[in-house]
Amino acid sequence: MKLIYTRPESLKKAAFHYCPGCGHSVAHRLVCEVIDEMELRGRTIGIPPPGCSVFAYNYFDVDMAESAHGRGAAVATGIKRACPGIIVFTYQGDGDLAGIGTAETIHAANRGENITTIFINNAVYGMTGGQMAPTTLSGMKTTTTPYGRDPATEGRPMRMSEMLAPLEGVAYIERVAISSPANIRKAKKAIARAFRMQIDNRGFSMVEILSPCPTNWKMTPVQSWKWVEEEMTRVFPPGVYKDVTEPENAG
Amino acid sequence: MRWSAPRLPSRSTVSKVLMDGNSAIAEAAIRAGLRCYFGYPITPQNELTEYMAMHLGRKKGCTFLQAESEVAAINMVYGASLVGARAMTSSSSPGISLKQEGISYLAACELPAVIVNMQRGGPGLGSIAAAQSDYFQATRGGGHGDYRTIVLGPSSVQELADMTMRAFDLADKYKIPVMILGDGVLGQMKEPVEFKREAPEITPTREGTLQGAGGGASRIVKTFTSNPSELEEINWSLFRRYQLIKKNETTWDTYMTDDARLVVVAYGIAARIARGAIKSLRAKGLKVGLFRPVTLWPFPDEPLRELVKNVRQLLVFEMNMGQMIEDVQLALAGKGEVSFYGRPGGVIPAPDEVGRVMSRLYYQKGLK
Repeated sequence: MKLIYTRPESLKKAAFHYCPGCGHSVAHRLVCEVIDEMELRGRTIGIPPPGCSVFAYNYFDVDMAESAHGRGAAVATGIKRACPGIIVFTYQGDGDLAGIGTAETIHAANRGENITTIFINNAVYGMTGGQMAPTTLSGMKTTTTPYGRDPATEGRPMRMSEMLAPLEGVAYIERVAISSPANIRKAKKAIARAFRMQIDNRGFSMVEILSPCPTNWKMTPVQSWKWVEEEMTRVFPPGVYKDVTEPENAG
Repeated sequence: MRWSAPRLPSRSTVSKVLMDGNSAIAEAAIRAGLRCYFGYPITPQNELTEYMAMHLGRKKGCTFLQAESEVAAINMVYGASLVGARAMTSSSSPGISLKQEGISYLAACELPAVIVNMQRGGPGLGSIAAAQSDYFQATRGGGHGDYRTIVLGPSSVQELADMTMRAFDLADKYKIPVMILGDGVLGQMKEPVEFKREAPEITPTREGTLQGAGGGASRIVKTFTSNPSELEEINWSLFRRYQLIKKNETTWDTYMTDDARLVVVAYGIAARIARGAIKSLRAKGLKVGLFRPVTLWPFPDEPLRELVKNVRQLLVFEMNMGQMIEDVQLALAGKGEVSFYGRPGGVIPAPDEVGRVMSRLYYQKGLK
């Protein structure tokens, strides 16, 4: 009998605490599969953020260290500068990366820090109960935009991949979506590509993952996956925004 | 305009060199095996950052990085400390406020680090002149949560160098952030200084730090838990270490206290000024002395209690509106008589001014 699907070695044997339909567990698994396949487990350090995925260290079976909200890129910079041989990834949400940690993210990217960022964009602050995030869609209702996000007073959603891609220190940026098996396979390829950039010392790499949050979106898991596919991708189009190894995408 | 780098004192032949305090800290840190420095420009400590840029950045296996902010700098220190590198940052008062988040995380995760605060006048943007207005912030932890940092109060360029080396050792020994609480005068003034260690050729990495799991079990550095009693235990374990630090590392200094009837309690540059005043008053026959806390946390309360067995009158002198005086009063618990003289805002009183205050108090209290 041929074994075709099993738990990745880098994923601990623990039950996820995430809500049904949440994108985190899928994203965790994809990162772990990549770490296994690229044989990086022994020399990887992961930086989870405050938020729902703060408990990532209960699931990733690699060395993990907590970071203050938004400071993942700075912490990763410190690790990578002190020990260039270590593979460092940050796992950050939209409030973390695009809100409180915008400065750390932009400057790490601009310096071309040789780190990999897994950016989970679910358009809300999840753990705190569904408040408006920098990536909340215009008109979208959240607990702090109960009448819908009004671009006139709250601005429009921040597109981090588009914003970071032109920086010269950036090696690779791709936006993917957890919305279908085909797209999940694409997401895994993007994650592998991002880690490859780091191994090859190319500079900053990031995969932005559009990720469902059925609980705070007040949807069923199926509705939320459909919403990612149909609504989020209109504002956040998936695709490769930078790839320094492909001349036509070099930005 | 050409800019020439400060020359690194020869590490073999010269025993004493003339150096400003900021550069002396940097040189001492490099000799203590510093591997990563992360800084951000702010007066009056820029010489330190610039010295690091010139001399640490090109050293093998070492990193100098000018961060985009104070917040980023301290979090980079956190990252470097996670993987076992001796790491430090430096700043001055407003910048130290921004670092408090990171200092709290360092303390929580039991990570060694050295933080230099060359204090300036506050609150707010304040002034760039020397002050001692961050005593509360430094000695009470400073950031959120129930923690302490070791705080050293140097009062000469030589002490800045010595304490920098001691700070790294203490940080590693107790897995704790250590703050050097200097000020703008100490940072800027030049004095002869002797470095008591050679710089290591290969900078060491601490053991037991995150290096990737290798073939073994993975490790987690964190404090966050959904279980309050788990966090309570972390807090108690930190507290037990703090008790040990109090017992082992409390340091102080005295000057002419043996027969003194009035003793000034001061630290840092204020102690230096008071010392000048005491010298002049002694020449006039006044029996005055100095008690100088060297570790500001842990505060030397036991030695101070011993002192008031023989001296009833104390004058606390600080370059602020009265912060360390609270520790003095707590230590004495009503014993002795404590007066205060302070100059806030970055005003630096001359020894004569402090001498007049001492002399007036001396006669008022009928000590003559």
